[in-house]
Amino acid sequence: MNAAPDESRQLLADLIAGRFPDARGRFGPYGGRYVPETLIPALEGLARGVEEHLHTPQFQQDFKQQLQSWVGRPTALTFAARLSQRWGARVWLKREDLAHTGAHKINNAIGQGLLAQRLGARRVVAETGAGQHGVASAAACARLGLPCVVYMGAVDMERQAPNVGRMRLLGAQVVPVTSGDRTLRAAIDEALRDWVADPLGTYYMLGSALGPHPYPYLVRELQAVIGREARAQMLAAHGALPDVLIACVGGGSNAIGAFHAFVPDPSVEIIGVEAGGRGTALGDNAATIVGGRPGVLHGAYSLLLQDNDGQVQETHSVSAGLDYPGVGPEHALLARVGRVRYESATDTEALSAVRELSECEGILPALESAHALVGAQRWARSHPGGTVLVCLSGRGDKDMPTLQETLLADGAREGA
Amino acid sequence: MSRAAPGAPREALSGAIRAAAASGEPALVAYLTAGFPTRAGFAASLRAIAGAADVVEIGVPFTDPMADGVTIQRASLAALQQGVSVKWILAELAAVGPVGAPLVLMSYLNPLLSYGVQKLARDAAAAGVSGFIVPDLPLDESSDLRQACETEGLALVQMVTPVTQQQRLVALCAGSRGFVYAVTMTGTTGKLVAVPDQVIGYLERVRALSPVPVCAGFGIRAREQVARLRGHVDGVIVGSALVEVLERGEDPAAWLKRLRG
Repeated sequence: MNAAPDESRQLLADLIAGRFPDARGRFGPYGGRYVPETLIPALEGLARGVEEHLHTPQFQQDFKQQLQSWVGRPTALTFAARLSQRWGARVWLKREDLAHTGAHKINNAIGQGLLAQRLGARRVVAETGAGQHGVASAAACARLGLPCVVYMGAVDMERQAPNVGRMRLLGAQVVPVTSGDRTLRAAIDEALRDWVADPLGTYYMLGSALGPHPYPYLVRELQAVIGREARAQMLAAHGALPDVLIACVGGGSNAIGAFHAFVPDPSVEIIGVEAGGRGTALGDNAATIVGGRPGVLHGAYSLLLQDNDGQVQETHSVSAGLDYPGVGPEHALLARVGRVRYESATDTEALSAVRELSECEGILPALESAHALVGAQRWARSHPGGTVLVCLSGRGDKDMPTLQETLLADGAREGA
Repeated sequence: MSRAAPGAPREALSGAIRAAAASGEPALVAYLTAGFPTRAGFAASLRAIAGAADVVEIGVPFTDPMADGVTIQRASLAALQQGVSVKWILAELAAVGPVGAPLVLMSYLNPLLSYGVQKLARDAAAAGVSGFIVPDLPLDESSDLRQACETEGLALVQMVTPVTQQQRLVALCAGSRGFVYAVTMTGTTGKLVAVPDQVIGYLERVRALSPVPVCAGFGIRAREQVARLRGHVDGVIVGSALVEVLERGEDPAAWLKRLRG
């Protein structure tokens, strides 16, 4: 999977110089636009809309205004004092859990909502895994007065029940998806089917940095605020950049948002942590970069968990937001050129991290974000005294049904 | 891009559609998901359908058929559960031998990529396949598979839709081989739709542009629709409705005959 050194250097230089995605929507070899012909006019329209609006002062001003006055940005940078003491490294947390609706997803949803308005959309469809993007989409659409339909796998509706109620209260119609694997992947299939039926009147608010061009680019641009803020906050509070930046990776939107501003900093090591589930066998995890090979799913050429016949593998993770067999194309490139190291954390490790952060710092993290904490603890063990910045992508309230069955189940240990 | 010699598999495909359409009735392109309802029954279903249709489109099952409605999703899942793969399909077709109608493989891209496109084109040609329809592979991304098909004289069929802009329509028609697959509506496969005047107008536009025959698909399931399309297209593609016939255990050949009128 790794590229030759010269090719890697060139690809990384191109990435840092802003030459990706290229005119064909590619990040090096990855990305592109693999969709039914019916969606081509819609994607071309979206790409034109992104080009016309995204970087205009007016759009950026509206976006910034929503981020400040409604999302609650900038989110805090928190020094985790007790965790630092336990782990023997200085641990900083970028608090996306403090963003409105409880996760980074809102940055993208409100940004795409503003774009959908400008493109004259009559309705918005979205998919959701953990429910966080669904809640963020429902909230953004309510704020902007757009009708919103959210597709959610039946399995996820059960394990993320609190979020289903939130979406409905926010005025969205939540459609259970009972086809396919009944999780995030099937929800994306179903949202795409909806969009295929009305490609020009419907706006598809994709929640992660994946899918056909221009979504991976659009979502990265809207999430890049995470890394920009964190970089400035680290310099202000700590007087230096961190030694390492760590984020969890499912589709990869909080990670790409956190990483983007740091990719050009050669002194900052970057680590993405995928869902290791209950083991390394195909089907037992959702560690796409660690265990996948190149393929096409949901409109892009990227890495994919698949069997020898090219059939997409069902995945497992305790965390619904990471339970996805693909990954955004820019992550595939970052892995290929070696700029970001990707590893995985198991369900059990992630659950322990939820307990540890809750008890040490009074912060209940999302199960997704707990994977990043596992990576941070591992890094700290081998780098005593180092400085680690963790993107805490969301809060864990939505995970209470799962936590009741695991950490809080009868017989689970009390306290530390 | 060089035109394949006469006698290339894709010429047989275009030729079969033209020959059938010459009778005045549109050619019938009939779809079945490989190995559905059973692997054991595939050869018999294929022969029966080939006997009543002009072209057979063989569906390669995929886990994420995003352009398909519930019927083909269900058939794909059932076929996958029986272990149907590209490799199995090509081996079956080679064993069955000629069935009297050209065969086209309809597949999402990933199973084809996983097989390897060069080897795929060689093995498919050897198994008697005339071409491919790949719904998630737009013309712009298709150069590898197109070249592999070109080498073997196979068709890579392009799809056009009612929302396709004129300039792109021209490129798609020029780039299509075997026939042009004209999607009659936006949405997924399998829903019953009336054929409004604007669709007829769109099909006429496609036909005027296309150097290869034009076949209309998505939502074709009744004799009245076929009669309405007569004279406006070279062929009609029937998919979900035929899969439902197989699902009900009815005779696909008899059903196709009724569709022809």
